[in-house]
Amino acid sequence: MSVVTGIGLTPFGRLSGASTLDLMSRAAAEALADAGLERREVDGLITGYSTTHPHLMLSTVFAEHFGLRPAYAHAVQLGGATGFALVMLAHLLIEAGAARRILVVAGENRLSGQSRDAAIQTLAQVGHPTHEVPLGPTIPAYYGLVASRYAHEHGIADIAELAVLMRANAARTPGAHLTDPITAAMVGESKPIAAPLRLLDCCPVSDGGAAFVIERADSARPGPAIRGAAQAHTHQHVTAAPSLTAFGAGDSAARALRQARVGLADIRFAAIYDSFTITLAILLEEIGLAPRGAAGRLAREGHFSAGGAMPLNTHGGLLSYGHCGVGGAMAHLAETVRQMRGQAGPRQVPPPALALLHGDGGVLSSHVSLVLETSR
Amino acid sequence: MSAEIPDWTRGAEGLALARCRACGHVQYVRRPFCPECGSEDLGVERASGRGTVYAVTAVARAPSPDLQAFAPYGLALVDAPEGFRFMAHCPAEGVAIGAPVRTTFRAFGAGLVPFVTPEDQP
Repeated sequence: MSVVTGIGLTPFGRLSGASTLDLMSRAAAEALADAGLERREVDGLITGYSTTHPHLMLSTVFAEHFGLRPAYAHAVQLGGATGFALVMLAHLLIEAGAARRILVVAGENRLSGQSRDAAIQTLAQVGHPTHEVPLGPTIPAYYGLVASRYAHEHGIADIAELAVLMRANAARTPGAHLTDPITAAMVGESKPIAAPLRLLDCCPVSDGGAAFVIERADSARPGPAIRGAAQAHTHQHVTAAPSLTAFGAGDSAARALRQARVGLADIRFAAIYDSFTITLAILLEEIGLAPRGAAGRLAREGHFSAGGAMPLNTHGGLLSYGHCGVGGAMAHLAETVRQMRGQAGPRQVPPPALALLHGDGGVLSSHVSLVLETSR
Repeated sequence: MSAEIPDWTRGAEGLALARCRACGHVQYVRRPFCPECGSEDLGVERASGRGTVYAVTAVARAPSPDLQAFAPYGLALVDAPEGFRFMAHCPAEGVAIGAPVRTTFRAFGAGLVPFVTPEDQP
């Protein structure tokens, strides 16, 4: 069994002057300190990627920079799903006995390390090179297409409530990128980006870093246990998506829950990828945490609030804590661990025994689900 | 043979598809084999350019400064009766999901892209 014994999370936002390696180092140092470990006590290293520091071997670039000589190391790339894919891999490596204690780390100066135009242009290249990119789509445009289908089938007015909730959560989280309160009306009146999505439906581009220590369970070193981990990959390009209303998230989450031998009804905390309001609505509904078309309404009714039945992204999510690339979703896991430990300060909920985490990469094309349980 | 079928991704005004002679699977993004059955016996055909709008957005913020001059521009996913889905430009307003459309081509950025308009519009 694998447990999370250390978390490190930098503030997200504009962290001028900090490079990818600086942000990875800050997060890694914090995770090691949190786990009460020295560098030499880690034998495995898995990293994500950075668009501002592209390299064939980012893991060992980081190992040399930070001062690690791991027995096992490499990087992983799975778009927005990378953060949880790293955690799933660490879990599997621990279970397999390939490593005893793994440092998982990501960081990127995605905001200050390049112009906003460059960031948008880099991300837009995930489209198909001959059949999509020449048409000038952007990441918000792909999600705008998805959102148009959702609007057609369910109506879309309520999903702004998810942005409002994430902003309220971020206001109680030190280090959050965006903390000024917003209303659903402000979301609806914000600048059009890719219809029907507007500026406040989109997460910001941030600088930031995140890291975890994941190790073999040991009663002397307690931490939330990874009880289930599963993936689903249905396609790559939006043109090739089997559907824009049903994705692999439900399949992935159901398998992670089965592996953990628990049901959705046992889950007390949700940490779900929220690159756009539409992403969060679709994932909540696909996983079964909200009826189809009802995620926004449930948010308005308080169901997903810290005091509600299913606290969700209590740190503010990608929509307001911020999105620095691979580290973005890792903040969801850092927050989950804090809530399980009872260390979430003013946003603390009754410490959840079981949490479900879900990340997506591409345009809802790659899915990774995790089930965490407080060690008993 | 495929060189004779006009294909906008190669600079000619036309939508092309490949049909597998073994299993009938239709592909829009063409590979030298059928991704369903692995057969390499494919026939390239010209698509009608007709279709039904499956999803639609309007891009207000283009991905690069050179394309921003075109914004806002409509983007649609269109289901072709031949059995494939394609991305096309469309008018930024007035195109609804479910609308029947036909395809023409227009210059955009460095090349030519498919542009769909509702059948009931001139």
